[in-house]
This record gives sequence, C-alpha cells and structure tokens, in this order.
Amino acid sequence: MMPKIQIKNLNLWYGKFQALIDVNTGIEEKKITSIIGPSGCGKSTLLRVLNRMNDLIEGIKTSGEIIIGKENILLPGTDLIKLRKNVGMVFQRPNPFPLSIRKNITFGLEIHSARSKDTLDEIIENSLKSVLLWDDLKDKLNSSALELTLEQQQRLCVARLLPVKPEILLMDEPCSSLDPIATGRIEELMFELKKNYTIVIVTHNMQQAARVSDDTGFMLLGKLVEFNKTEKIFTNPEKKETEDYITGRFG
Amino acid sequence: MKKLKEFIIEKAIFLSGSLSIIFVVLIFVFLVKEGVLFFKYVPPKDFLMGNNWYPLSTPEQFGMLPLILGSLLVTIGSMLISIPLGVACAFYIAEVVNPKFKDILKTGVELLAAIPSVVIGFVGMITLVPWVKSIFNLPTGLTALSGSIMLAFMAMPTIVSIAEDAITAVPRRYKEAALALGATHWQAMYKVIIVAAAPGIFAAVMLGVGRVIGETMAVMMITGNAAVIPHTFLEPVRTLTATIAAEMGESIRGSNHYYALFVVGIILFIITFIINFVADVFLHRIKK
Repeated sequence: MMPKIQIKNLNLWYGKFQALIDVNTGIEEKKITSIIGPSGCGKSTLLRVLNRMNDLIEGIKTSGEIIIGKENILLPGTDLIKLRKNVGMVFQRPNPFPLSIRKNITFGLEIHSARSKDTLDEIIENSLKSVLLWDDLKDKLNSSALELTLEQQQRLCVARLLPVKPEILLMDEPCSSLDPIATGRIEELMFELKKNYTIVIVTHNMQQAARVSDDTGFMLLGKLVEFNKTEKIFTNPEKKETEDYITGRFG
Repeated sequence: MKKLKEFIIEKAIFLSGSLSIIFVVLIFVFLVKEGVLFFKYVPPKDFLMGNNWYPLSTPEQFGMLPLILGSLLVTIGSMLISIPLGVACAFYIAEVVNPKFKDILKTGVELLAAIPSVVIGFVGMITLVPWVKSIFNLPTGLTALSGSIMLAFMAMPTIVSIAEDAITAVPRRYKEAALALGATHWQAMYKVIIVAAAPGIFAAVMLGVGRVIGETMAVMMITGNAAVIPHTFLEPVRTLTATIAAEMGESIRGSNHYYALFVVGIILFIITFIINFVADVFLHRIKK
C-alpha cells in the first residue's frame, strides 16, 4: 500500500544552516508515527514542513519531494490553504483562539466557507464528542475557550481541526505543557483518533513514543537516522546512535 | 549619616511622585471653586441645555449646548476618519509591512504627534479650508468638517502607536493556529488578531478621543468659531476648548462670564478624565 505521506530526498535550509539532510521515509495511513530525537535535531522542522508552516520563517529553502495525495506539496504552486485544511496541526502549547468554544470549532468552516449537510450544532457536537469533551462542555459552548483547563484546551485544539475534515493530524509535542494524568488522557484520545486519521507526533518523551506509536523515526543533527516499527526501534535498533539515545546515553 | 541620606532621597522621590497627583487635585479644586459660584446666578439646566451662548449681550445668555454639540461633532467627525485609518495603519505596521521598514514607518507616524497644533491649524487654514469651501460650494470653508479632518491627523499618532503595540502584543500562537487551519493572513487578522487586540485598540481610540476633545489651537483656527447649534458637518462650530481660549482674555474677572468659562473648563476636565480613565482600565487589562 502507498504510504499516506512520502518523503523523498528532503533537504531544508534556514539561511545557510541545513536543518534537514536527505530525509527519506514513508508515513502510513491511519497509524501513529512518532519522531524522536534530542533538541535541535530537526524533528519539529520535519513536522512543520508537512503542512508548510515553516514558510512563515524567512530565508527558508527546501529541495526534494513530499508527496501527499499524489501531489508534491513542496512545489511553489501548492495551494497552502487546501494543504493545511487536509493536514491539521496541534501545537506544543494549547492555543485555542480567544473566542468562545463554539467559535473555536466553527472557525475552520467559516474561513473555508465550507458547506455541509450537517447543521452547525451537529458539527460542534460531533467534534467535541471525538475528543471526549462533549459531556463536559455541552452546557457552556458560549463561554471563552481560555477558561478551560490546559488539557481541555489542547483537546479543543484537536476538535477544531476536525470540522474541515483533515486526513492527517500533526502534533508538535502536544503533551509537553500537561501533567502526567492529562498526558495519559491525550494519549488515549490519540488511539481513538487513529481509527480515522493519520497522526504524526513529535515528542521529547521516549516513553510516550513507545506507548502510542506504530512507527518511530529517530533523528539526529538533521538526519533521519533510523525509521522502523516502534517495537523494533525500542527493542532492537539497527543503528548504534539509536541505541545510545533510547538507552539514555545522550540526549 | 548614610541613613539620613537614604531618608532624604526616599522622601524626595516620594514627594516628586505625589506632586503630579497633588497638582491634578489642586487644579480640579481651583476649577470647582471658581466654577460653583456661577450656579448662584444661572441654574444648571439653563446652562447645560440652553441654546444660546451670548455672554456679552444684555441680558447675557450662557447656553452651553452649542459648544457641547460643537465639540461632539468635531470629535465624532475626526474619529470617523481616524479610527479606520489609524487601525488599518496599525495593522499594516504590525502585520504586513516588511520588518525593515517597520521602525521607519512607526517613527514617522509618531513624528506626526510632534507637529505643533498651531502648525496643523495653519496648514489646514491655507490648504484644506479653501478646498472644502470650493468643493461643497459653501460661503466659508471654516467648518466642522475641516476641523474634523485636521484633528484626525492629530489623533492618528496616538491611535496608530497604541493600537500597533496592542496588535504586536497578540501572542504569535493565535496567528499560527489560524494559519495552520488554512486561514489566509487576512482572515487571521480580522477573525483572530483583532479580537485578541480589541481592548488595546479600544484604549487607543479612547486616548485619540481624549486628544481631540482637548485640542484647542487647531480647532480655533479652522472651525469658524460660531457658537450656534450645528446641523451638519458643513457649518461652522465652536468647541468647548476654543470658547475658553477665545474668551478668557476678554472676560472681566469675577463676572458671570468669567465663572461660566470655568464651568466649561470643569466639564472638559471631567470628560477627558473619564476618557483617560476608561483607556487606562483597558490598557491595564492587556498587561494582565
């Protein structure tokens, strides 16, 4: 089966600094793929290139190909709006809009003036149900999203991606500002979401990668050193660097 | 010895700090003291609601309504111009312009504030007034419209500068979230950033209003100074400030006219105080 995201000979420069060096891999559909590695290894850069959020940074240059749905999204003519609709992103710090919960969820529909046969209320309900927030929030949809707990905010950030029907969800250390209990619950949510979405998660936390992901990639100094089934990476890695990292010898 | 020095310095700083507040209170007390005498002779209702301001005729009439409406009209007019222009300019500086030019542009706008108001009035008198006169085919170009346009220039630096700060202070993560959802830059601005920056933009507008209401010289030069109730923007008006400036010199100390001008001053003081206070509350809210 064709991978959902195919990365071929990807290089990326910030000005003169090369942040990604010849990355090749394929990310499978409806699986959770985690990318691990020490700080500054390029894992967040790799994640952000998948929906071209890196474009916000000046002096960025790429070569190679990233194929999502038969299109090379690195081409200059790529429709970024369509791409980002298809490839949603959850950030390190929960960043709900300073609007009501309801408005946070309908934001995507509004900006894409998307039409749907479901009513707005149904969409809101379904989105919140998918992130298991509906029971908690159904009576206060009009209150500000900033009043929620961090964990609820992060769930809401996932929920607001869903109405525009993405296929891929990118998560950039989604639990780094949450406590262990909240982290566990977000991880459960990821298992739930895996049924319908392809998930790529960047994480500092190796145990998290081991717990949640099907595939894992280990990055070091801009290179994707090893990419394999999570089980294999954590029990019997092929490369010395991977072994050193997962056994805690550096990083 | 060292202790004494510390003590003196501490008290000196405390005194300097309190002085500004003491001055404000003293000015207010002085205004009120001079102003209240007036109401012995003229009932407040005639003063606030009277249609005629004839301080020198006999019997003298002190109806302040034309002055209040004059100030109101010029303020509303200048805000109609400066709010959209100023907020758009603030967004341009904060979000759109190439960072290299950002500082140049902001400094340029803030320099506008450095132009003395008499120069603004003078430029308006020479350029804008004849233009308003010929375009609208009026007997005189000294109108509320001319005053509004020139005052809009004076409110712009305040509005742009403070609104720009508010927009720049909006956390970057809001914008990122919007863009990551596929919003265009424009959608991110008008759906998210403007909402997050709203209290600051409101404070900016209030301070702009305060600036316009308190402005004297420019309005005196270009609004025509006719103390009649205005019906449109194309008529001469007279503002509260211009009235005090124009008449204080010729009023006899201790006369009703003299006290009436103090009451006008009190009213101005109260208006600007409220406006600044509201702006302050909102600016405070952002800092939190």
